[in-house]
Amino acid sequence: MKRTAYAVIGVLILCVMLFPVYWMVNASLQPSGNTLTAGFLPLHPTFAGYKRALDEQGGNLVTSMIIAAGTVVLSLAIATPCAYALSQFRSRWVSIGLLAILISQMIPGIVIANALYTAYERIGLLNSIPGLIVANCSSGIPFAILILRSFMLSLPPSLVEAARVDGAGLFRAFVAIVLPISKNSLITAGLFSFLFSWSDFLFALTLTTKGGVRPVTLGIYQYLGTQVQNWNAVMATAVLSAIPAIVLLVAAQKYIAAGAIGGAVK
Amino acid sequence: MVTLTRTTRTSTAGRARVRGRRGEDLTKVLFVLPAAVAMVALFGYPVVKNLLMSLQDYGLKTFFTGVAPWIGLKNYSTVVTDNLFSDAMLNTALFTVGSIVFQFAIGLGLALFFRNRFPLSGLIRSLLLLPWLLPLIVSSATWRSILEQDSGILNRTLLGLHVIDDPVPWLNSPSVALIAVIGVNIWIGIPFNVTLLYAGLSEIPDELYEAGQLDGATGWRAFCYITWPNLRSVASVLLMLGVVYTIKVLDIILGLTGGGPANATQTLATQSYEKSFVDFRFGQGAALSNILIAISFVFAIFYLRGTRRAPDE
Repeated sequence: MKRTAYAVIGVLILCVMLFPVYWMVNASLQPSGNTLTAGFLPLHPTFAGYKRALDEQGGNLVTSMIIAAGTVVLSLAIATPCAYALSQFRSRWVSIGLLAILISQMIPGIVIANALYTAYERIGLLNSIPGLIVANCSSGIPFAILILRSFMLSLPPSLVEAARVDGAGLFRAFVAIVLPISKNSLITAGLFSFLFSWSDFLFALTLTTKGGVRPVTLGIYQYLGTQVQNWNAVMATAVLSAIPAIVLLVAAQKYIAAGAIGGAVK
Repeated sequence: MVTLTRTTRTSTAGRARVRGRRGEDLTKVLFVLPAAVAMVALFGYPVVKNLLMSLQDYGLKTFFTGVAPWIGLKNYSTVVTDNLFSDAMLNTALFTVGSIVFQFAIGLGLALFFRNRFPLSGLIRSLLLLPWLLPLIVSSATWRSILEQDSGILNRTLLGLHVIDDPVPWLNSPSVALIAVIGVNIWIGIPFNVTLLYAGLSEIPDELYEAGQLDGATGWRAFCYITWPNLRSVASVLLMLGVVYTIKVLDIILGLTGGGPANATQTLATQSYEKSFVDFRFGQGAALSNILIAISFVFAIFYLRGTRRAPDE
């Protein structure tokens, strides 16, 4: 009895916390116009908002996708060997490296944007996809290092030593043994890097100055400036932009809490 | 002769071993090098560049002429004596403290609630993470539609329930906008707090509570004498991270109010953004963000001194 009561309270808490998410979906299905007419249920759902969102923001969604995928590849390529080194090599540099990562978390994005803007302006990376990929790695790399390292700490050194006895170099042993075993944590780190980059707004806002390269977060921001009479299109774009978060939550549920904790505490 | 050959042979072997070890060391360096370069380029360079920029008259002209004259601490004195500065400081403090206190308190309450074993508990906890995973600008857009003065669902509901007589201008009135923005930020931060505090609670062994029960420590007393002392290290990490992350929040404020109305939600972070990318006074923007870093550092030092442990433990 008591357990059922707890479950009911739990579901109620969930409903309150997720109401805005529900409202986003509901508003996206309402007929055009402001939300004054929007009921609590989409009784006459229309996909006009989605059609408009895809027409106007479809290209931006693709841009976001390319930037996020690029960030995942670059972040993992750079972070994985480093995470292995920080977990297995004995050196006084290990704690220095970890301290550096801790300090890096205190640097506001605006500081990075300030510096990258002036540098990009000189080398022609403003308004470019590679420019945004590199900027987004500033959140992807430290997080991936922390997540991967906390997993790799549990790898017994004997695994790699066995391969080394058979004549494999350190790097080959790393690729052939460590990477396959670390698959799950690589997926977790990759998913989070994707999400960080997909959610990025600050770099999109500051490192693009004209329309050519425009991630969808920036598209939503511009909607907020001009289109607030058409909430259904704004909310449809919001729903489409929420999909990676929802997929992550459903597909990688058990890794997320672990990832959150690994990234914060370890 | 014999000895000589032997010596030669050993020394060749020794050299090979040394070379092997050197090769090994080189490989080890190569493992770390890309990440080290990336960290220097993405964090080290920006910090140094901002320090230099904050001492220069780095403005729009600089992009055409390439000249940024050194002006010492003038950028700092300009931004600090700006009328907006004390407001921005106060708003930053209110935003940070308000967000963290409520995120933490509500997060702790929920984490304690989920300690009760009941069906669906794990599923509900996972789904609760959604607000934290959504892109901040998506949350901002959604909350803006909810908080709209005339047509937003919050005012319509409150009017319908006769809680209020007139629609509240949540985001349009200087006196309530900051509260609304803090409220949204609390909503975003609760999931992370629940997750970490729940993990912290799970690591407290049940035996402690059983032993406590024998001594009469139940309910509130059990919380004071068992739960809280054991949760303190997780809580301190969480609060430190909370300060460091909240103090630099930009997306939510820009998405909800853009720093308005009448600068009521302007913080150091939004000010820094405006100076650099709206007014193109990069030197002043850099000065403001350096002040932001300095404040973060003070908190981090307090934290590190308080816990007195290496970051990898």
